[in-house]
Amino acid sequence: MNRPPAKIRIRDLRKSFGDNHVLRGLDLDVPAGRSLVVIGGSGTGKSVLLKCILGLLRADGGSIEVDGEEVVGARGATLERIRLKFGMLFQGAALFDSLPVWENVAFGLLARRLVGRAEARERALATLAKVGLGAEVLDLYPAELSGGMQKRVGLARAIATEPEILFFDEPTTGLDPIMADVINELVRRSVKKLGATAVSITHDMASVRKIADRVAMLFEGRIIWEGAIEEIDDSGNPYVDQFIHGRAEGPIRVLQDMPAD
Amino acid sequence: MNPLAATGRVTITVSRTVGEIVFFALDGMVRGLRGPWYPRQILRQMIEIGYYSLPVVGLTAIFTGMVLALQSYIGFSRFEAPDAIPTIVVLSMTRELGPVLAGLMVAGRVGAAMAAELGTMRVTEQIDALHTLATDPLRYLVFPRLVAGLLMLPLLVLVADVIGVMGGYLVSVYKLGFGPIEYINRTFDHLEAQDVISGLVKAAVFGFIVALMGCYQGYHSRGGAQGVGAATTRAVVSASILILTADYMLTEIFFSR
Repeated sequence: MNRPPAKIRIRDLRKSFGDNHVLRGLDLDVPAGRSLVVIGGSGTGKSVLLKCILGLLRADGGSIEVDGEEVVGARGATLERIRLKFGMLFQGAALFDSLPVWENVAFGLLARRLVGRAEARERALATLAKVGLGAEVLDLYPAELSGGMQKRVGLARAIATEPEILFFDEPTTGLDPIMADVINELVRRSVKKLGATAVSITHDMASVRKIADRVAMLFEGRIIWEGAIEEIDDSGNPYVDQFIHGRAEGPIRVLQDMPAD
Repeated sequence: MNPLAATGRVTITVSRTVGEIVFFALDGMVRGLRGPWYPRQILRQMIEIGYYSLPVVGLTAIFTGMVLALQSYIGFSRFEAPDAIPTIVVLSMTRELGPVLAGLMVAGRVGAAMAAELGTMRVTEQIDALHTLATDPLRYLVFPRLVAGLLMLPLLVLVADVIGVMGGYLVSVYKLGFGPIEYINRTFDHLEAQDVISGLVKAAVFGFIVALMGCYQGYHSRGGAQGVGAATTRAVVSASILILTADYMLTEIFFSR
């Protein structure tokens, strides 16, 4: 199997909040130019993983290399330079509600002083078109948009700077099934078009099947299974089987004392 | 519980918080000064703090000036010295009540709003989003607020000084029987530049404190709507207490000079 070199290489990553050991020695390779989806139950540390890679949370130990550059322990200018490679779509879109849509979308361009304001507006319009939004939303404020539109504006903001790596934090959560599919389609297209490396976290299996090239399952602070999306239905891993079929019973114990029938 | 352990725990918590706040302030100022700058954000905050606080501060000042005139008349007429009222009003306003009351009102209005805005940005991941968009939140959010607080409160206090004196004038002339020209002359007879300047220095410090507490509490808030509410309360309470503490210390410094 020819695997492209790892864009992100994570070894023995550890992160605790007090007594809550969220990541307990996590190993993961994200191959360049592929779309990796990390699945796992709520509260298993999927978001913490993304935030550690971005350096938004300081890992307690281990190593995260992005293009061979170490993130753990990096700070200041180094961290800022590494972050320039990333674009992220946040779970709640996290649009800046004091700015109109076009300034949200062009924020990264303006922040890097790549373009003037007039050109930034043009670029925002062009980027919004890629997510199926037109000029009529340019001057609206985020609060005036529906949830699905906010997600699309968030996606536009993430791809506006054409980053090498895209992160998607639960891209379909809180959307109706049709809008969820639209977002999945847009995510897939944007990643393809940019040739970017993508890491998504979700527990929506429809989304996984649509956007993943590879899937990794996070459980109890480690990656317990990883493989191509085609292999997920016969992974032979009881944890993965339980998760993808959404069963309450299985090796993952959610209810501590289920009454035996 | 062991009283010694309790004392120790409180001491550690207090010193850690003080240290964090000082570090936050230094970090915000140093990084902000080094740039990149965000002039639009600074302007926006200056308008927010300076312009939109004018009604609140003006109302506070006029009633304070009026009360000062009445109260000092009651006191000083017992010593046959009602002539001192203009001086009492102007010195109290410029040296003390202008900066302190403006500081407290702005803490309630602006400090609370800053904590709520930054707190909401924190819990809705907007601050994380700034990081991913090559923008340092300390430079983009905190520094403009600190600078605006530092610059705008002295201007507000200058306005409050004038309005406060006008309040004293209104009561003295229309109620207590002072001559208008006599009142104005007496106001400036004993007023020195240092009276006004010391008040403006206080105002700059208070403005910084209000913005700092608003930003610090908001920036470090967590836990959804409840956390943001708690941060807002903490911002106003801590700013108010710090303003009164700093007021005494600054007065002490000006007094000994």
